[in-house]
Amino acid sequence: MNKKNTFKRKTLPALAMAGPVSLWMILFVTLPMMYIIYISFMSRGVFGDVVYEFSLESYKTLLDSTYFKVIVKSVRAAFTTTVFCLLIGYPFAYYIAKKPKEVASKLIMLIMIPFWTNSLMRLNSWLLLFQTSGPVNNFLQSTGLIDSPISFVYTDGLVMLGMITNMLPFAVLPMYSSIEKLSKSLLEASADLGASRRTTFFQITLPLTFPGIFSSIILVFIPSLGIYTVTDMLGGGKVLYIGNIIKNQFGAIRNWPLGAALSVLLIVITGLLIFIYTRFAKIEDMEVV
Amino acid sequence: MSISKKQKRKRREEVIGTIYSIIIYTILYIPVFVMMAFSFNNQRYNYFWNGFTTQWYSKLFSNSAVIGSLWYSVVIAVLSTVISVVIGTIGALGLKKYEFKGKKFINNMLYIPIIVPEIVMAVALLIIFMKTGIALGMGTILIGHCTFCIPYAVVTIKGRISGDDYSLEEASMDLGANRIQTFINVTLPGIMPGVMSAAFLSFTLSIDDVVMSNMLAGAKNSTLPVLILSMNKSGVTPDVNALTTIMILIIVIAMILNNIIKNTLKKRAKMEESI
Amino acid sequence: MSDSAITSVISDSIVSLIDVEKSFGKNKVVKNMNIEIKEGEFLTLLGPSGCGKTTTLRMIAGFEETSSGIIKVQGESVEDKEPFERDVNTVFQNYALFPHMTVFDNIAYGLKIRKRPKDEITKRVNEMLDLVQLKGYENRKPDALSGGQKQRVAIARALINNPKVLLLDEPLGALDLKLRKQMQVELKRLQKKLGITFVYVTHDQEEALTMSDRIAVMNEGVIEQLGTPRDIYDRPLTKFVADFIGESNIFDGKVKDLCDGILDVETSAGTIKVKGDEFEVGEDIHVSIRPEYIKVSTEPVEGFNLKGTVKDFIYMGTVVKTSIDLKDKTEIKYTRFEKDADFKEGDSVNIYWNPEKSVAIKSTGKNGGQYE
Repeated sequence: MNKKNTFKRKTLPALAMAGPVSLWMILFVTLPMMYIIYISFMSRGVFGDVVYEFSLESYKTLLDSTYFKVIVKSVRAAFTTTVFCLLIGYPFAYYIAKKPKEVASKLIMLIMIPFWTNSLMRLNSWLLLFQTSGPVNNFLQSTGLIDSPISFVYTDGLVMLGMITNMLPFAVLPMYSSIEKLSKSLLEASADLGASRRTTFFQITLPLTFPGIFSSIILVFIPSLGIYTVTDMLGGGKVLYIGNIIKNQFGAIRNWPLGAALSVLLIVITGLLIFIYTRFAKIEDMEVV
Repeated sequence: MSISKKQKRKRREEVIGTIYSIIIYTILYIPVFVMMAFSFNNQRYNYFWNGFTTQWYSKLFSNSAVIGSLWYSVVIAVLSTVISVVIGTIGALGLKKYEFKGKKFINNMLYIPIIVPEIVMAVALLIIFMKTGIALGMGTILIGHCTFCIPYAVVTIKGRISGDDYSLEEASMDLGANRIQTFINVTLPGIMPGVMSAAFLSFTLSIDDVVMSNMLAGAKNSTLPVLILSMNKSGVTPDVNALTTIMILIIVIAMILNNIIKNTLKKRAKMEESI
Repeated sequence: MSDSAITSVISDSIVSLIDVEKSFGKNKVVKNMNIEIKEGEFLTLLGPSGCGKTTTLRMIAGFEETSSGIIKVQGESVEDKEPFERDVNTVFQNYALFPHMTVFDNIAYGLKIRKRPKDEITKRVNEMLDLVQLKGYENRKPDALSGGQKQRVAIARALINNPKVLLLDEPLGALDLKLRKQMQVELKRLQKKLGITFVYVTHDQEEALTMSDRIAVMNEGVIEQLGTPRDIYDRPLTKFVADFIGESNIFDGKVKDLCDGILDVETSAGTIKVKGDEFEVGEDIHVSIRPEYIKVSTEPVEGFNLKGTVKDFIYMGTVVKTSIDLKDKTEIKYTRFEKDADFKEGDSVNIYWNPEKSVAIKSTGKNGGQYE
């Protein structure tokens, strides 16, 4: 084969087209990820600098009761968010998926519109609604249900509300597309063979839409685990999740190895979930909005 | 008898479903409407409702901090959209068409910024920038934004490339067009819908981003979302509500116009065909 | 350089493939291909899917590079030329019409790329529209065309550059039977009218027989036989060709005796006769006989000892297709006119034929296309 031709016809175009994206990924994804793993095994100097000596200090710190509590709390919050999003989102997705295609696409559009407003401003709205002298408390007081205002602000409950409302669309969209893809004839076949509607749902619909459900779990659980804006906006610095702790290690507190170790923890959890996911479905099929 | 029973059940389910989804939509829209309502609040900081005013809409443009950060956000969003769409488009084509060593690795790398929590990507980049002595500022924010926009662009566009496109490219070359002419005349028009949605996605991701912009910003300028985050302690000012209201209205109006134009074009095409 | 390489220099061939080979990884899809395509001829590459015919065409067009060997167009090696630098054009299997361009823009594409003046483009496109009878469709998008119309646009688009050679890759494959038959006739007429060399790829042997001046039957990357449709049909050189072209009954056997060019062949089903030269007693042989040449008798026939049982009939209008089971369980296909019908299912019959009508094939008869 003519080497010069191969270069001109295959190597050069391939290099010109796949080159930039590959270079970008290696420079700004692979290298930083490797470096953060490396840093997590270093130790912290007296002045908050990184001392390049191998140490498991940061990982030991994670097991300290203070940090460990935060980790458990974050995981629990992410888990609760995910469960709520699935439970609320599945019937919603089902309802939309059963509509005619044109109506369904409009309903999906209607879900997306609020998400084109700044997410922080939407969170701020919840704060305004639920503050001590806000509309919710005013309403409850005027109906006589409560005597003095309830302090919703900066509580775990309000943070949870912010998380769920922020994550709901990411749960609905993948489940919607997997329910929508479900062939009607399968459900009819099941009914034809004598299955009740309940049986059909648990034997046919649920198993077949499981890849969509799992996509939803990943798209809700993982971002929830790393989130810090919701806690910042609605938790007022009183509610802390892993994301806040990581951010602080690179800000005021300056403990890079600890922040790195926490990041590695998030990477490991992410990797684990993805690994489980790939046993059920192909990662390329994952619905990303 | 049984038919009417079945119909009754169907109707009942329909009603329950409609009520349920109305509740969900209400919850999704409450924050937006509250945000809009408080843009008319007659108070310096938004704590509670203090009467109606439109003053914030006129005062908005004299608040240089808010307008400055909006401008900063828009510039970053436009630049990262352009960079991401260019790299993402040719990257998607290259990754789909050519086989090379390490292709699988790059494909896996593309999923990392999409899946791994953003804070992790942000601090990882931050460490690298600090370590190599790259000054934080617009450049680093741009790199941060592109790092998650490029993967989204690649994934979106890759989904639009079908096997047919290769024979179209071959047909073009066969008729005498070189690679660049073929790219411009045949390949690009074919994946244009994908490119457009990648651009839209990149722009919205970039302009709404807090985490990267917060972690990778220099001391001087901040983007609008970062400004809002920093206002949180003292209370977000109503002029920001006014600004956000204007922005969402612009987006919704643009979408509606886009839909109308698309529909009329479709109708016209259909009429032409029937003639 | 092989002998054929030398002859190509002095021949009137427009495309020459000299010792061309192509591998994808370890998989060799075209092996030692030598073929001289003459100016103005309609040559068909015929074979089952995966035989290397499309790959051969794509190498001529320049979409694939040869692994070894030389391809010449008008006596000039095209190895260093990109597809857009070669004087050949292609009609693609699925038309490959640009969906975002009108019929006019599709046809004009080649001229626009060459930056021809506008009035010349309009004039030429109109000529092409006339040629393929698509006047009035120039403003339509490909989506709004029927399969046959798309096909015509694809042909017009490929012809506008005045190519020396037109390559057609199963161009009629996506059309329904009736339209395909009609387009076969039209294409053949078009080719005669324009006098352009057509290299045509198909797996449809009937299509190849109808349209071609010459056919190259390919199998597993090798040309099994190259010749006129008549040659290929009446005198298959290999067992594959006999089997692939039309319907054939093929017997494997050994030459028992020979006399005046007629061979007695012993097969597992019985003894048969075939016309054949250059065979020796004891040699392995394949005998091919077309269903329409088979004769059936209730009485034994001299020289033949082939007994069978009538299995079933399929009525096809004027002819009846009959299956007969032989004693070694092989099935014989036999076609006769309806009016000759005189057998029932289960009847025992003797089978024979005129030895002149059957073809003797060497059992080692794989010919790498070394002639012409």
